[in-house]
Amino acid sequence: MDISASVLTYFLIPAVKAVVVVILVATAAGVLTYIERRTLAFLQVRKGPNRVGPEGILQFVADVVKLLTKEDVVPAKAQHFIHFLAPVLVMVPGLAVFAVLPWGPEFTMRIPGLGKITTAWYATDLNVSLLLLLAITTVGIYGIILGGWASNSKYALIGGLRSAAQLISYEVPMGFAVVSAILMARSLSLVEIVEAQRTHHMWFILPGLVSFFLYFVSGVAETNRIPFDLPEAESELVAGFHTEYSGFRWAIFFLTEYANMITISAVATALFFGGWLRPFPNVAALAFLDVIPGVLWYVLKVSCFLFVYIWFRGTFPRYRFDQLMALGWKTLIPISLTNLVLVALAALGGFRGLRILGIVLWGAAIGAFLIVTRLRAAKPPAAKTAPASVRARAAEA
Amino acid sequence: MSETVGTAGSVPETRDTMLGLREMELNFGPQHPSTHGVLRIVLKVDGERIVSARPDIGYLHRGTEKLFETETYPMVIPHTDRLDYVAAATNNHAYCLTVEKLLGLEIPKRAQYIRIVLDEMQRISSHLLWLATAAIDLGAITPFFYTFREREVILDLFEDYCGARLTLNCMRVGGLQEDLTPGWLEKLRAFTEDLGSKIDEYEDLLTENRIWKMRTVGVGILTTERCIAWGVTGPPLRAAGLAWDVRRALPYECYPELDFEIPTGKNADTYDRYLVRIAELRQSRRILLQCCDWLAANPTGEIRGKVPRVIKPPAGDAYASVESPKGELGFYLVSNGGNKPYRLRVRPPSFINLQALPEMARGHMVSDLVAIIGTIDIVLGEVDR
Repeated sequence: MDISASVLTYFLIPAVKAVVVVILVATAAGVLTYIERRTLAFLQVRKGPNRVGPEGILQFVADVVKLLTKEDVVPAKAQHFIHFLAPVLVMVPGLAVFAVLPWGPEFTMRIPGLGKITTAWYATDLNVSLLLLLAITTVGIYGIILGGWASNSKYALIGGLRSAAQLISYEVPMGFAVVSAILMARSLSLVEIVEAQRTHHMWFILPGLVSFFLYFVSGVAETNRIPFDLPEAESELVAGFHTEYSGFRWAIFFLTEYANMITISAVATALFFGGWLRPFPNVAALAFLDVIPGVLWYVLKVSCFLFVYIWFRGTFPRYRFDQLMALGWKTLIPISLTNLVLVALAALGGFRGLRILGIVLWGAAIGAFLIVTRLRAAKPPAAKTAPASVRARAAEA
Repeated sequence: MSETVGTAGSVPETRDTMLGLREMELNFGPQHPSTHGVLRIVLKVDGERIVSARPDIGYLHRGTEKLFETETYPMVIPHTDRLDYVAAATNNHAYCLTVEKLLGLEIPKRAQYIRIVLDEMQRISSHLLWLATAAIDLGAITPFFYTFREREVILDLFEDYCGARLTLNCMRVGGLQEDLTPGWLEKLRAFTEDLGSKIDEYEDLLTENRIWKMRTVGVGILTTERCIAWGVTGPPLRAAGLAWDVRRALPYECYPELDFEIPTGKNADTYDRYLVRIAELRQSRRILLQCCDWLAANPTGEIRGKVPRVIKPPAGDAYASVESPKGELGFYLVSNGGNKPYRLRVRPPSFINLQALPEMARGHMVSDLVAIIGTIDIVLGEVDR
């Protein structure tokens, strides 16, 4: 390999990729805010932003411009340096994790003047990319805590404290859920985990039903979204840890939250939904699905999760702080530990063991669902705690 | 934000704080997303647990009761609109009832029915607004838009009837100013018949929602005894199990002729207050349907009794009350025989219900305070007057 080739492989291509990733992520987070507003509007019988650009698609651009040019107010008694540092601490990890997200397989393209280049739809493939991912995302918590503390506001402080407790609690079940995926794939590399789902002839959602559920619930908590949005609970803490932030620093908190949503969805896709693989990657009869390139499959799956995020926001009330802690420590962690043991035992049996575990889990889940719906249908329409509305309804009927 | 902190033990009801640390004083309001106006609550919190909560009111004080004394009797009515500004009709009604009581006026039947229609529409719109804000306080943002969809129809109907959407000024001493506009009753009936399924929609979102129940069941309990001790009326009292409703207990207009029930709860908590209000929406709907039937069967009639040109009630005093959406709304009128009230005192349910807040909030978390304020259902215009 001559020098120009190594420059190309080790410097030029990664640099281009890094720039592209950062730009794409920032744009995607912006677009996501627009999509969320439109989707919520759809759920809530209203129109949502529809004035700037066609169907309001440029609304987020207008918002960013507005925030960039807005006065940046810092409270008089705030710790100025830390107040400045906090958004940076939140944003950098939020963007850095995108380096290891595997959006698509390797591919070869021909660039005029450079010849054939083999590269991939991800910035890098570390052999410990999952560890890196968990480590980096955790750093973001410091930004939130410090931002809450440095603001010299009690609301922000409570928001920061809530967020510290919440993120630490939910990091644990999330970690266990990720470990179960590692056990199934026997690798820490996201790319290899995706590839393992091809060699195992199944997406890991099959044996990893519980793991996925744990991962996604913890993920919603990690991103401070409803029903776990306590650190920024508007009706209680005004705006939580970013109460005293305005202008573009606030925008950084805001956009990073959306970037984190994308990260959580993307990792869930890679770990449990076969990444860029089409459904049933080994069934030849479905080969026509390969018309859709892997990247699109990935984006499609991530979009589904993002929709679920927005759907949650349109549906759920917010947990209370102690209930949130109880859910994390008393429910999710025991389940995740049990699940980890089950997955580990099944993984000992290799491909066959995982498949049996998957069939058992899905059978149990579908059975439980049928029983619960049957019981619901058998029960009278209103619950026993509702004497008032029962009588009122009965009288009306 | 003040830097003062109370030491542990300075408040009688305090527990030992963790590590002997001091409690934090937290200013909740007056500019806060969930105090529903300009209510300030000074909280002493141990971590997130409330040691004491002290409501600080008066930010919206306009001296309304003094103002009443400078206005002639008909001129008082628009001022009553601004007490509980999301339920103007019931305010008008309570005031008119009081003056009529002192004058000894007979109200024509048709006017009575139209007044009840306006009252019950107002109750529905007020309860819808309450549901919207109470849900949004607990993080459920969607019910807001659903309830406002229906509230909008009611406000449009008000606009059709009297030209105003909020500050209705729709009743007069002795009856009403205007009869119903043509076609109004049909629009009202269409809306009312549709409302049942809409209420089902709100219930689908909340009633059996696990998080909603976790947030509301057992929160902010105020037993019947404590309700009576504080003078709390309205949905909080009925949620505690006492079927006290002015429409039945101290009947006015032709409510005795109408068939409806008084929903009650039994656990006296936030969830029961929610259920009671939802059930009241359904009951108001029942009343509206019956009124529509009567008004359709009796399409014409007097709408104003024999009122003298200048209203000068004889010297004396009178108290009359109605069941407003928030509770018992009463006016106490003292007349010296002149054309202006000598003194007009309001019994505002929001103010009296709000008094129980410290007791309800003690020992709960800050998040619960929001839920409790939400289901007391206060309007600061009425609290401060």
